[in-house]
Amino acid sequence: FHVYQTEADCGRLLPSQSLLVLNSLPVCSPLPGVSSATPTEEMNGAGNLMDFLDEPFPDVGTYEDFHTIDWLREKSRDTDRHRKITSKSKESFWELIKSLLDAWSGWVVMLLIGLLSGTLAGVIDLAVDWMTDLKEGVCLSAFWYSHEQCCWTSNETTFDDRDKCPQWQKWAELMTGHAEGAGAYVLNYFLYVLWALLFSFLAVSLVRVFAPYACGSGIPEIKTILSGFIIRGYLGKWTLLIKTVTLVLAVSSGLSLGKEGPLVHVACCCGNLFCSLFSKYSKNEGKRREVLSAAAAAGVSVAFGAPIGGVLFSLEEVSYYFPLKTLWRSFFAALVAAFTLRSINPFGNSRLVLFYVEYHTPWYMAELVPFILLGVFGGLWGTLFIRANIAWCRRRKTTQLGKYPVLEVIAVTGITAVLAFPNPYTRRSTSELISELFNDCGALESSQLCDYINNPNMSRPVDDIPDRPAGPGVYNALWQLALALVFKIVITIFTFGMKIPSGLFIPSMAVGAIAGRIVGIAVEQMAYHHHDWIIFKNWCRPGADCVTPGLYAMVGAAACLGGVTRMTVSLVVIMFELTGGLEYIVPLMAAAVTSKWVADAFGKEGIYESHIQLNGYPYLDVRDEFTHRTLATDVMRPRRNDPPLAVLTQDTTTVEDVEALIKDTDYNGFPVVVSRESERLIGFVQRRDLTLAIKTARQKQDGVVSSSVVYFTEDAPQLPASNPQPLKLRRILNLSPFTVTDHTPMETVVDIFRKLGLRQCLVTRSGRLLGIITKKDVLRHMAQMMNQDPESIMFN
Amino acid sequence: MSTAERVHYKPEAAQTTEGALLISISTARNSEDIRCKCICPPYREFPGQIYKQNVSLKDCNCLHVVEPMPVEGKDVEAYCLRCECKYEERSSGTIKVTIIMYLSILGLLLLYMVYLTLLEPILKRRLFGHSQLIQNDDDVGDQQPFANAHNVLSRSHSRPNMLNKVEHAQQRWRRQVQEQRKSVFDRHVVLS
Repeated sequence: FHVYQTEADCGRLLPSQSLLVLNSLPVCSPLPGVSSATPTEEMNGAGNLMDFLDEPFPDVGTYEDFHTIDWLREKSRDTDRHRKITSKSKESFWELIKSLLDAWSGWVVMLLIGLLSGTLAGVIDLAVDWMTDLKEGVCLSAFWYSHEQCCWTSNETTFDDRDKCPQWQKWAELMTGHAEGAGAYVLNYFLYVLWALLFSFLAVSLVRVFAPYACGSGIPEIKTILSGFIIRGYLGKWTLLIKTVTLVLAVSSGLSLGKEGPLVHVACCCGNLFCSLFSKYSKNEGKRREVLSAAAAAGVSVAFGAPIGGVLFSLEEVSYYFPLKTLWRSFFAALVAAFTLRSINPFGNSRLVLFYVEYHTPWYMAELVPFILLGVFGGLWGTLFIRANIAWCRRRKTTQLGKYPVLEVIAVTGITAVLAFPNPYTRRSTSELISELFNDCGALESSQLCDYINNPNMSRPVDDIPDRPAGPGVYNALWQLALALVFKIVITIFTFGMKIPSGLFIPSMAVGAIAGRIVGIAVEQMAYHHHDWIIFKNWCRPGADCVTPGLYAMVGAAACLGGVTRMTVSLVVIMFELTGGLEYIVPLMAAAVTSKWVADAFGKEGIYESHIQLNGYPYLDVRDEFTHRTLATDVMRPRRNDPPLAVLTQDTTTVEDVEALIKDTDYNGFPVVVSRESERLIGFVQRRDLTLAIKTARQKQDGVVSSSVVYFTEDAPQLPASNPQPLKLRRILNLSPFTVTDHTPMETVVDIFRKLGLRQCLVTRSGRLLGIITKKDVLRHMAQMMNQDPESIMFN
Repeated sequence: MSTAERVHYKPEAAQTTEGALLISISTARNSEDIRCKCICPPYREFPGQIYKQNVSLKDCNCLHVVEPMPVEGKDVEAYCLRCECKYEERSSGTIKVTIIMYLSILGLLLLYMVYLTLLEPILKRRLFGHSQLIQNDDDVGDQQPFANAHNVLSRSHSRPNMLNKVEHAQQRWRRQVQEQRKSVFDRHVVLS
């Protein structure tokens, strides 16, 4: 057992009114018999390469798994460290250099995070591109090319068949030699389903064997981690590797999921990885979370090609505390990530996302009506999705369904592949679908959606697309799109939350884009056939540019995404960074605002908050307003019928009593009072620190036995000489725990917990200790006030 | 997909300078990696056609790429006006390296997974009782979180060499994964 040592700290007194005392007073003499190599060397930056193989010894001041950190202590530790470095920097030139390096270490970490996230995103994009096409065929000249890359240099493309080339063959053609016909279709179908099943089976097996934490989206857990929760291994190296590899497999298998949420998780894993290079971040959980906030911004930035949107997403959705310094650093990390991705150039067009659009056609005021209707649709769909998905996930959690994760993934993949193949809009990857829906029809488009009846004698230049009546291809496409819409709405409910990496940005955007495009085509045709109606008369002239269905698709996508995640500013910024122009901000905002209002009318939580609630994480949301008139006495423990509060006295408890207390109860900490009669509060001591300290004392200090008295005062109590040596534990005592009086309104208490990140708060009356309120009690109370199940809060 | 800069020039000065920077930094590019693609829709009696040539950005227009020109004289201008020419760029080396690297990592992981799930139990059964540490793997309980660490430490001090360290690290990692698997798949405590 080893205690974290800093020789420089020996003998230094810390001010007693500093907020936290724990771990700032280290043991000064090295403990005999234990190798002291690792932590001190780590602190100085050097370290044996093979040390990562050794088991890390738990220190006083670290946290247990599934517990909340103490924000105030971390802040105070960082201030101490900074003060020490600043004072030492005046001593010598080398110390000055070290202090500069310390100040710059934050920026170095951001740079590294940006580089690695951008690289991983590029690799993921390229691999997904190739593997998605692998389900349908293979490139004969070079197997690593996707369909488009294979036909890149071919000269045999014609105008009508501009996607076909002889180098890339479908599986049926490769195996039997026939390219058309019923037999070829069935064989293609069969192989498509087979590849999809193979990919998803590999994905779920890898997740199961190597890194079970790599499943799911990751954003609810990252939100909880950033609010102070500890989940060991969630941001580890194996999780990073497996999440990257299985994300490609999961997306390529044709399932209705996206990669944006998992990319945030990947970026946070990168952040965690680089934090371990510098002790400034690896030893301090609070500073580490600043880095993770910035890493989350970099993740969204590479997912959408939207650096500003990424920073705002991190600020609005993911982070808990977001100081201004983090804002600037997040922006830097997001920019570096976006630049790295652009250099890799996965989509070959120096754009960062597959569905970047470039048109700038104007929109008209009368179009706000369909935009607001799309917003309403987005809000309604968001509510439906959240309720259905949470019900299904709850069923997975509580019934037999949860015992067969591999079978569940295979079954859902099979159903998805079987239903998706016949419809050409669902057969291709969802990103390509969105890209096609966002793009407007030029005169040269060959897709079915652009099968308008052209007047071949027109001599207009290409860009000016006049209104045209829809040809049969468009009506055909509308039917297929409607079927695709229903399919996607239903299947995404069962896909999100399975035991493979799954995001939901892309499926929601797909649902919205399909709905938007359908509405856009409807409005366009209405304008063409009835251009003598009042609304259209002023705005649509026959032969003039009128309605852009692609814009409706974008607005629909924004509405649906907003309805599900309840993002506001970040959504609009991401969407306008995707479109590259400020012209469409008003329609996007109108749709986003409408969808949020409609969705909020049915339930206040977005999908991530609902998942946090489902898992029972101790997440105190900053958005929830507590408006009830309860007092601290109503919430504090012990209640009327509970056993009395478990306390320690300042100098009358024995080691045996303490050990019994620790064994019999499972409280995370104990208040220390002057004596059981007076009950005046001295301080608070954590369970983990007590356990470690007593264990050390029994092993290392002479004369400490079960009947030794434990004291928390400065001077040992007056005891007869026959008593065994008393044990001083003042250094693990927190002398300034937060207290409130019993008549403090709960509104204030909740505010204190939220703003300071407390874990527990003591309740006193006239100076005497009455009870304790923990974060779990606060969360349960809030759940009770909102008529939810208070027993669902599981962690503290 | 490839770089598409429309010849109908939209002012994106920042992007072209950045593009120029990238071009100057990168090494000699395969001439097959750049191309100009012109799509010409049906015009009068001529069918639609796609023309591709490996030319650079300055030569990427209808007059240079569309060969042989199907129309004569003054119709050329009308025909070219309807054609749309795009300059496209890609990096075939990056694609090849990335895909092959990804497949090799995936292959290694699959091999390791097969080894862990199928081969290792068979090997362990043959070497039963060789090392007590393997038995310790199963009775890690939550009651003594630090006792096991102490055991591991004392054992490793008796034979401090590289192979042992790797073995202990692997045992520790497998224990962690087992814990994670229990929380996620069995007890549904996290990530339900």
